[in-house]
Formats: sequence, structure tokens, C-alpha cells
Amino acid sequence: MTAVAQRRSLPGFGLTMGLTITWLSLMILIPLAGLFVKTAELSFAEFWSTVTAPRTLHALKISFGLAFAAACVNLIAGLLIVWALVRYRFPGRRIFDAIVDIPFALPTAVAGIALTTLFAQKGWLGAPLAALGIKVAFTPLGIFLAMIFIGIPFVVRTVQPVLLDLDTELEEAAECLGASRWQTIWRVILPSLTPALLTGFALAFARAVGEYGSVIFIAGNLPNVSEIAPLLIVIRLSEFRYADATAIAVVMLVFSFLIIFVLNRIQHWAQSRSLATA
Amino acid sequence: MTIEVRNIVKEFGSFRALDNVDLRVETGELMALLGPSGSGKTTLLRIIAGLEWPDSGVVTIDGEDALAHGAAERHVGFVFQHYALFRHMNVFENVAFGLRVQPRKIRKSEAEIKKRVGNLLDLVQLGWLADRYPSQLSGGQRQRIALARALAIEPRILLLDEPFGALDAKVRKELRAWLRNLHEEIHVTSIFVTHDQEEALEVANRVVVMDKGRIEQIGSPGDVYERPASAFVHGFIGESIVLPVEVRDGRVRLGDRDLDLIAQDAAAGPSKLFVRRHDVAVGPSGSGVFEGAVKAVRAFGPMQRADIVLGGLGGDILIEIDAPRDHSLKVGDHIGLQPQRYRIFADR
Repeated sequence: MTAVAQRRSLPGFGLTMGLTITWLSLMILIPLAGLFVKTAELSFAEFWSTVTAPRTLHALKISFGLAFAAACVNLIAGLLIVWALVRYRFPGRRIFDAIVDIPFALPTAVAGIALTTLFAQKGWLGAPLAALGIKVAFTPLGIFLAMIFIGIPFVVRTVQPVLLDLDTELEEAAECLGASRWQTIWRVILPSLTPALLTGFALAFARAVGEYGSVIFIAGNLPNVSEIAPLLIVIRLSEFRYADATAIAVVMLVFSFLIIFVLNRIQHWAQSRSLATA
Repeated sequence: MTIEVRNIVKEFGSFRALDNVDLRVETGELMALLGPSGSGKTTLLRIIAGLEWPDSGVVTIDGEDALAHGAAERHVGFVFQHYALFRHMNVFENVAFGLRVQPRKIRKSEAEIKKRVGNLLDLVQLGWLADRYPSQLSGGQRQRIALARALAIEPRILLLDEPFGALDAKVRKELRAWLRNLHEEIHVTSIFVTHDQEEALEVANRVVVMDKGRIEQIGSPGDVYERPASAFVHGFIGESIVLPVEVRDGRVRLGDRDLDLIAQDAAAGPSKLFVRRHDVAVGPSGSGVFEGAVKAVRAFGPMQRADIVLGGLGGDILIEIDAPRDHSLKVGDHIGLQPQRYRIFADR
């Protein structure tokens, strides 16, 4: 008796799985493991004092707090932009559509310098704001603006295809059932977009947490005022305090992972309600 | 609730989707709008629902000007071909949607909503699916839920756009009978759009046949089948043999032969002779108006279908006829064919 080889309807599982694991290991897992190994050179007390130092805590707070706030702004602004781009026909629509991608393509340093020039105390926008007593450049507010700038395409590009695909018959059905325009948006359209909105939010947030290039130009980088965590890592590296640098990196990594994991679960939950299969 | 449509014109760009359409639907009717795609039937339905606006004309529902209101205020139930169920809501919430969006003043209490949705789900015989999501249902179940959802707001009229168009043949047949029974039970004035003649003839009390934005005929299923008002209706409903003839001095000519047929009231000139495939009597050669040779025979069910080459008409013409099984037809037989019932319409 010879065993009949098990046949799969989709061939190539072994090859693709092997490649996936090799690639993930080389590109992501091994470098990240190195981070932990380097950090382990510190005793726990040293590690703890590094990450709980007031300057570190402040930098982490700035990075995560402002990234979260910027992602919230981008969630709403991005939704409005998508709505305008998808639902209305107006002259220049394609140009606007292309402009959305600029923060993707622009070297972040260029974006940072442009924003700084604009919002510096003598800049086009900085001057009138300064007259109102609002200082943007070299303050956390500037960091916040830079994070909004680089995060917006993530929300727009994830939500746009979903809204394009959304059947207009759903809105017609809601209207025939007596729903007002607001009720239709609130009860029919937004819930259908929720999974995409969450993905866009998570991407914009992750990008803003890790953003370096555009932020450091406008931030002013004053310790305990407008210093972001990635910059603090660079400073520690330039002081040859590698283990301290990786300790901060590890904290960022764990935090980011937890936040993205939670967002992922929420998204999964939102999606499973609509796409549940029997 | 009566629906009255007068002089409706609707154009999409240079395409005239509806060309001066008049229609009156009586209370409690179940009416079918039947026609090929592009005949304007769906556009007419959407105008009645308020999802589309006519360029000119009048629509009244129960004597009241419907065009003064949008779809949300018309209290019209609408069922879409592809169901249009809300995917993120379970079956219960889908059906309850129309009740939940009512203005607070007249909104029902949660207990009343629950009771009403339960009754509707029982009506469509799907009470056991209340907690499921639309993606977990079959096509036939989805369409029944869509119907329950449309009925939840106690609509004045019910409009169905190709309601069974996306379903497979067997489910379609079941739902046809089911829809007819449901209509007898709730008796709401209903219009449904279909391109499937069998569906229209089987389900509706009255059938409106449309073509190119115009109404060709309005009548009972028996009427449109037995007494088609135009060449289009005769050709579209049922299967017909169509022969190009000429009417001259009250006589019917095919090629260079006079046929022993009555011209009816067709005007002189080029015309078309329509005969239902089963309205042809087959006899021995010389027994009928036409002579033919049997080319092929396919027997199934109670009838047999035969391909016949008509001879002696200056060029061979191939026709298909349906004959009872007891009549023996063999390939190569020469037979006589006599149309027992026929219609002649002048070419437009």
C-alpha cells in the first residue's frame, strides 16, 4: 500500500510560507531581537532609571500624545476629504486627489523646513498667529502640525476605495425607509466605513509616532518642552550611550505594538460583524 | 392606494428613457412592468419611488402630488434587485431600521418595535434568522428580509425592482408563488419590474408591456398573451413564428404567392404575420396554407418541437413549431401546415 500524497487545491504553500518566515526574520525579527539584546546589557535598575528619567518620559509623552491627537484630527479631516473627492465632481478634483499624496512623496526634511518657514515668527502664517499670541514653530503645537501633515494621506488612501465601493443603493434604501440625510450618514455610511477608518487611523498614528525628519525642524527640540522620543534616541546614540538608546526604543516598540494590536482587535471586531461567514 | 402617472418624460442626456407615459394603478393591484432592458421600466418605478425625478409630467399617490416630496416622505416600500441590506446590522436591525429612524414624536417604543419586527419576520417565515447578518443568508432569504424591511414602515405602496433577478431559477419559482400569496394576505398596492415574461404573467393581476420608453399594452396576463396589441408585444411575449408578408387589396401575400389568410385590419403594405408555435395544425401534404419538410424533431415533455423548412415560397424559410407528442413527425416528412390563430401587424 502506498500513501496517497495529500493534494492541496492551492499549491505552493511550503515555498511561500518558507519565504515569508525567512523574510520576516531577516528584515524585522532579527533586528528587533538585536534591540532587546543590546538593551539587556543594562541592569534592570539602570533600564528603569533610563526610561523613567523625566526627560525620557516627557519625550515619550510628546511623541505618543501628539501622534494620537494628530491621528484623531486626520481621521476627521481625512474623512471629509474623501467624501469631497469621491462624492462630488468639481474642477480640479484630480489635482486635489494627487496633492493628497504629496506628504507620502516629499522628503520629510523638505516638509519640515517648509512648515518651519511657514510658521516661524516671521513666516506667512507664523506672523499673523504670533500677533494673536499663538506660537507654533519650536513648540509642541508645531510638532502636532507636522504630524498632521505627514499622516493625512494614510486616512484618505485607506478610506477612499471603500467609499467608492459603497453601493449607493444602500443610501437609497435608507431614504425610502424614511431616514434623513444625517441618519443615513450616521447609521449606514459611517458604520460601513468604520474598519477602513480604523486602519487609516492606526497607520497615521504609527507614522506620526515614528516621524523624525519633518518634526525635528519645527520642534525646536528643547528638552522637556518639545523633544520627541526618536530625537532623544539619536541624541543618546551620538553620546555613544547605545544601551540607553535601545532602552527607549524598546519602550516605544512595546507601546506601539500594544496600541496597534488593540486597534487591530477593534477593527477585526467591527469587520466580523459585517463580514461574518456562516 | 391608487397611483397615477401622467405624461411622464425622462431623458438621460440624449436618450429618452420615458416618452409620455400614462399609467393608473388601482388599489390592491399587483402590477408587473414588463419589457426588455432599456425599455424604461426601472426608471418609471424609481420615479414613482422618488429616487429619480421626471423632466415633466405628474405623479400622484392616492390623489396627492408625489413629486412635491422626496423618497423619505413618500412612505413607499422599495425592494432592490441586489437586496441593499445593511451589512453591519443583523436581520432584526435591518427590519427595524425604518422604525428606528422615525421622528421621536411618533417613534414606537422598543417593545412595540420588537413586536412589529417579530411579526414581519414571521410573515416572511424567517423569524429564526433574526440574529444573523446578511452575509450569512442565501439570496432568497436576503430578498425576503429586504421585503420585510420595506413593509416595516407600513408603506402606502410597494415597489419591487427585478426582485428575483439575482436568484437562481428554482428559488425564483418558489418566491414567485410566495410573493403572490403574500400579496393576497397583505393586499398592499404593488408594482414590480421584470424582464421575465413568465414571472410577469404568473404573478401579476395586470401586466404593462413597455418598449423604448413607451407603454405598448396594459392588460391582464391572459390579454397580453392571447390578444397582443402590437407586433412588439406579440414578439416579446410567448414564442412566435414571424413571417414577412405583404398586405395588398385585403389579401396577404408571401413572396409571390397569395396566402389563404385574412388580412385582419392591418393597413396595406409590408407587414408581419405572427403565429404562436403551438397554434399551427400539422396535416398531410396539401392540407394547409403552407407546405414544409421536417428537418429535425426534438421531443420532450408533452410537446415535440420540430424544425420545418417551408417550401414553395421563393427561397427556403426555416421555422420552429410545437406539436403534440401523439402526432408522429419524422425527419424528411412532407407536411401541410395550417395556422389556426394568427395576427398580422403592419410594419412600423
